[in-house]
Amino acid sequence: MKELRLMKGNEAVAEAAIRAGCDGYFGYPITPQSEVMEYLMAERPHETSGMIVLQAESEVAAINMVYGGASCGKKVMTSSSSPGISLKQEGISYIAGAELPCLIVNVVRGGPGLGTIQPSQSDYFQSTKGGGHGDYRLLVLAPASVQEMADFADLGFELAFKYRNPVLILSDGVIGQMMEKVELKPHKPRFTDEEIRTNTPWATYGKTPDRERNIITSLDLDSHKQEDHVTHLAEKYKAMEENEVRYEEFQCEDAEYLIVAYGSSARISQKAVNIARAKGIKVGLLRPITLFPFPKKPLLNLSKQVKGILSVEMSLGQMVEDVKLAVECKVKVEHFGRYGGIIPTPDEVVAALEQKIIGG
Amino acid sequence: MSDIITKEQIRQPENLVYTKTKLLTDKALSYCPGCGHGTAHRIVMEVIEELGAQANTIGIAPVGCSVLAYEFMNIDMQQAAHGRAPALATAVKRLMPEKYVFTYQGDGDLAAIGTAETIHACNRGENITIIFINNGIYGMTGGQMAPTTLPNMKASTCPYGRDVKTMGNPLKITELIAQLPGVHYVTRQAVHTPGNVRRTKKAVRKAFDLQKENKGLTFVEIVSNCNSGWKMTPVQSNKWMEENMFPFYPLGDIKVDGQLVK
Amino acid sequence: MAKVKGDIVVDIEKCKGCEVCITACPNDVIAMSRNVNGKGYHYAESVNEECIGCANCAIVCPDGVITVYKVKL
Repeated sequence: MKELRLMKGNEAVAEAAIRAGCDGYFGYPITPQSEVMEYLMAERPHETSGMIVLQAESEVAAINMVYGGASCGKKVMTSSSSPGISLKQEGISYIAGAELPCLIVNVVRGGPGLGTIQPSQSDYFQSTKGGGHGDYRLLVLAPASVQEMADFADLGFELAFKYRNPVLILSDGVIGQMMEKVELKPHKPRFTDEEIRTNTPWATYGKTPDRERNIITSLDLDSHKQEDHVTHLAEKYKAMEENEVRYEEFQCEDAEYLIVAYGSSARISQKAVNIARAKGIKVGLLRPITLFPFPKKPLLNLSKQVKGILSVEMSLGQMVEDVKLAVECKVKVEHFGRYGGIIPTPDEVVAALEQKIIGG
Repeated sequence: MSDIITKEQIRQPENLVYTKTKLLTDKALSYCPGCGHGTAHRIVMEVIEELGAQANTIGIAPVGCSVLAYEFMNIDMQQAAHGRAPALATAVKRLMPEKYVFTYQGDGDLAAIGTAETIHACNRGENITIIFINNGIYGMTGGQMAPTTLPNMKASTCPYGRDVKTMGNPLKITELIAQLPGVHYVTRQAVHTPGNVRRTKKAVRKAFDLQKENKGLTFVEIVSNCNSGWKMTPVQSNKWMEENMFPFYPLGDIKVDGQLVK
Repeated sequence: MAKVKGDIVVDIEKCKGCEVCITACPNDVIAMSRNVNGKGYHYAESVNEECIGCANCAIVCPDGVITVYKVKL
């Protein structure tokens, strides 16, 4: 029988993490994502699955706890919102450099600086282009519903361990705070010690006589070795681009125009497509689900069919750059967005489509 | 009876008194000649060997001179970002409470950039051992002023000596963390003479034993030399350390069995 | 009183010539060689027969290059 609950996005990702067999959560309060840790603390998963939940002294400490836990082959995660994710960038860079799996959730609020506590999508660059120092990428999942907040916890861990790479769930204050019906998956057991030894032989669980010591580091003072290491990372990112692109198309079959939007903007844009179609405008929606890897090929294919593309984001225009790169200047691409915590209405999206793409 | 015995006769396995522990790798240490880091590394590894805990110990290396500690310590190790070792150690110990977990940190790492991580790991009473090497200087980056640099002591970023009015006072972080209820055992030792080495080893052993008993955080400071940074010979630096560092950072137990030593 | 006789073996190529062992030795057994090792360091060596195998030199050696033996005569 299906297990259905009405939950906030922040609660859904927390509950789904427990069910995904998460070993440890390390966090620090920040609006609009504090419910993640509040939910976990209230659930006391230590008494059921054995999962550790710890409130750290800062986001910096929290991500470094994730670094320590991930080094042991454990399923560990953290969550925060934009200013806190900025603080975590140092640790994220180390985790990416040391090739460790972990799950990071960003429930984005408007910036820059302390900005606003209202929803935004202005962390796209930070999420998809590295964020911290050095040549690295995160695998970025963008949920557009509370259901996906739940589903991406397990998927995120799966992908993180598959590629030994941090996975970021790039959500926003809308998805984090709104309540929807969620179908919860059954509980997965946490990794056993034997599974850790077998599946993550690189992990630091104590040097046994049958193997050399395991070292988790992102340091190599030999530049040639470091170059080899970064080349290896690049190959991993290429494999992600080949294997992990996820997206959804809505009414694209006969589309003459296209909206590209992710997360909550995609929800708004879906409504905008319906309004526009009622007015006789043949418009479709492409929703990237992975932001890295970005759905370049489907966009390039659609660019041969449509007369113009509108990228809709709650930002000054960040993803629009990737849309332009993907379509290789074959078709007009414009950006429409509200920002600073303002959520666009479907009517505004339709108006922007008419002005910037159809009339422009 | 004859006193005539050749060196070959003495150098037999059955006559062995002391040799480097197998828990140190064969790699030549990257430290400057005479640096106390090597001795401190050896003491920690000897204790782990005595405990038979190679398979049950995870060490966390810092950023600083001992950033490459994992090259020398023959155990599973993680290399932390600057100052963050206690955060890593917290998670490792929480996730694997049956393991010995220690951090090995210098003064810049532990008492400047990592102050928050240090104090909060101590305050939570994490069952980890912190080995703190205090040589009053940033060695790795070339001898800059550290949080523990003595008043009027010269360093490359205080070339006329540390002026406490503008550069702040040396931070006695060990006394500071000893105040915290989560901290069970705090001691300050040195490794420049045979007697000090023996006392430090006892202290490290005690810290690991207490960790096994889940007593809370155990903290061993080792006041050490940085002859390169201090611009002295190793032997001179050890003498200078006795005359200048020890009066400010006196050796001995600071907290035992959770009680401050009067 | 039982008489003991000791000896040390120095891993010459790993010795950095810091001289900390010299100050630790109670019997002035150790001195720096006039020769240098592959890295250019004068290295520690035993220069007389007075070693009692106390291991003081070895336990203060930062590089762990000294191995100590002892026999009771």
